[in-house]
Amino acid sequence: MYSVERKEKVFKTFVLLSVLVAPAIIIGMVITLLDGSILVLSEEKLNFFTTTNWDPINKRFGVLVFLVGTFLTSLTALFLSLPFSLAIALVTAELYKKNKIANFISFMVEIISAVPSVVVGLWGIFFMAPVMRELQLFFGYTPYGTGFLTTSIILAFMIIPFASALGREVILLVPEDIKEAAYSLGATRFEVIKKVILPYVSTGFLGGVFLSMGRAIGETMAVTMLIGNVNYFPENIFSPTNTMASIIANEFAEATEEIYISALMGVGLVLLISTLITSVLGKWVIKRLTY
Amino acid sequence: MGDKETNVLNKRLIFNQFFNYFCLALSVFALLPLFLIIFGVLQNGIGRINLSFFLENQPSPSNSGGGILNALLGTFYIVSLATIISTPLSILAGFYLSENRKKRFTELLYSMFNILQSIPAIVIGIVVYAWVVRPMGNFSLLSGSAALAVMMFPYISIAATEMFSLVPNNLKEAGYALGAPRYRLFFKLLLPTSLKGILTGILLSISRVAGESAPLLFTAFGNPYVNFNLNEPTSSLPVLIFQYAISPYKNWQDVAWGASLVLIISIIFLNIMSRYLLKVKKN
Repeated sequence: MYSVERKEKVFKTFVLLSVLVAPAIIIGMVITLLDGSILVLSEEKLNFFTTTNWDPINKRFGVLVFLVGTFLTSLTALFLSLPFSLAIALVTAELYKKNKIANFISFMVEIISAVPSVVVGLWGIFFMAPVMRELQLFFGYTPYGTGFLTTSIILAFMIIPFASALGREVILLVPEDIKEAAYSLGATRFEVIKKVILPYVSTGFLGGVFLSMGRAIGETMAVTMLIGNVNYFPENIFSPTNTMASIIANEFAEATEEIYISALMGVGLVLLISTLITSVLGKWVIKRLTY
Repeated sequence: MGDKETNVLNKRLIFNQFFNYFCLALSVFALLPLFLIIFGVLQNGIGRINLSFFLENQPSPSNSGGGILNALLGTFYIVSLATIISTPLSILAGFYLSENRKKRFTELLYSMFNILQSIPAIVIGIVVYAWVVRPMGNFSLLSGSAALAVMMFPYISIAATEMFSLVPNNLKEAGYALGAPRYRLFFKLLLPTSLKGILTGILLSISRVAGESAPLLFTAFGNPYVNFNLNEPTSSLPVLIFQYAISPYKNWQDVAWGASLVLIISIIFLNIMSRYLLKVKKN
């Protein structure tokens, strides 16, 4: 039999080790990706970030198209989902608070996040792309179906659960008494929202925007299935392009040469750093609000 | 009150009502794609669902029938193993985070879990490729589970932290007052009282990772046959759906729809079940 002290010590060590797994994984990831991309970075230097020529056969690797593709699709998606996410946040946290309607809507919104990304992509290919094709024909563009706008719309839909939950959280942070003060002065619901709630939570929303942006940047499967996968900048709002996540999903399995794998690891590194920045910034902004 | 003032008041009230309905309309409109997706999956997938769909392996391009047995079992094994890997670590990590609340260091650690949660699945996929697949020499079930375990770890840890924090302080203090060591307190008091909540967290995190294909693309990869070997590539439902969805064969696309229906129903079922568990606990 071990003594109680001994057991206590072993237990404490295990607990501490378990909690340290999280930082270890994050640091390990950064190191692995840095180490993996050294080859391509020493070969291409800054050209890796500033050129658009992605040509595995001739071993030229520039990721600018994917960088731009990722940020443009995510920004557009964010912009498109903003009114809807805000409306859902307002309905569930203020307008119909603790009401059956609000419960139903927040339940359904959570179901959205339960739908796997590849299923959304599958639906996008067979239902949304044909509609977009008609739209493109109507406006006189080449009817690809898949492409920038298709992806952005799907992405906007996919970040709604996340963005509206964040919105809801910050709206619930508004102190009851300042709302009640406004109501007692005869303000209507709309006026309370416009003059009290929205100004109060504006910083929180900025944090939410960053966090949702991080979500959209990392979204892979649906984007891979709908972006069109061509390595040039979108010419118009409908054209196919590529993102960092989709280039990895499409090409990593077939990359055999060291430098090719290294280039894709480099893309992964940029992707990781982008999401780290958005999530740290977002958390920081929201935290400043709560204090 | 003069006529003018009544008018202004009426306008404000009408506008207020309009705003209410406008927000409601936007919310419902945002749900429209969800209904269309569920309808589309039902419409295209239901025709494939029969017994042989669950008992046959995935078809080759020339075959007409086929099922999802290999992918279904694959997903089951990969996810179970990932749960087994991540659950004990997560629970202990959750214990640390809840016991050491309000310390600067703990806050920093807690934010690490949040950050880990926000790392894209595809990045986890390539990192686990470098960590497990490369040293082992081939795609494998084990590497797929490792990738999903990395995704589940922060989710379960955060859920466990919340559940442990809900245990009343006087209960813990009573334990300490009796001179109970920390590990006893953990196994005899904290774990039993928060078991249901933690179970909910585990189920929710399973429902979250079961539909992920990005981390499995370069780890578990795929396999046209049923595989139980930890060291061999293994098929999974999400990866199968991805590969078949972008294929040119009608039969494969049909299988993808059927597989989507099975996947979506299982995930939504898990999701609702875990919610139900949580409700029972609250009552």
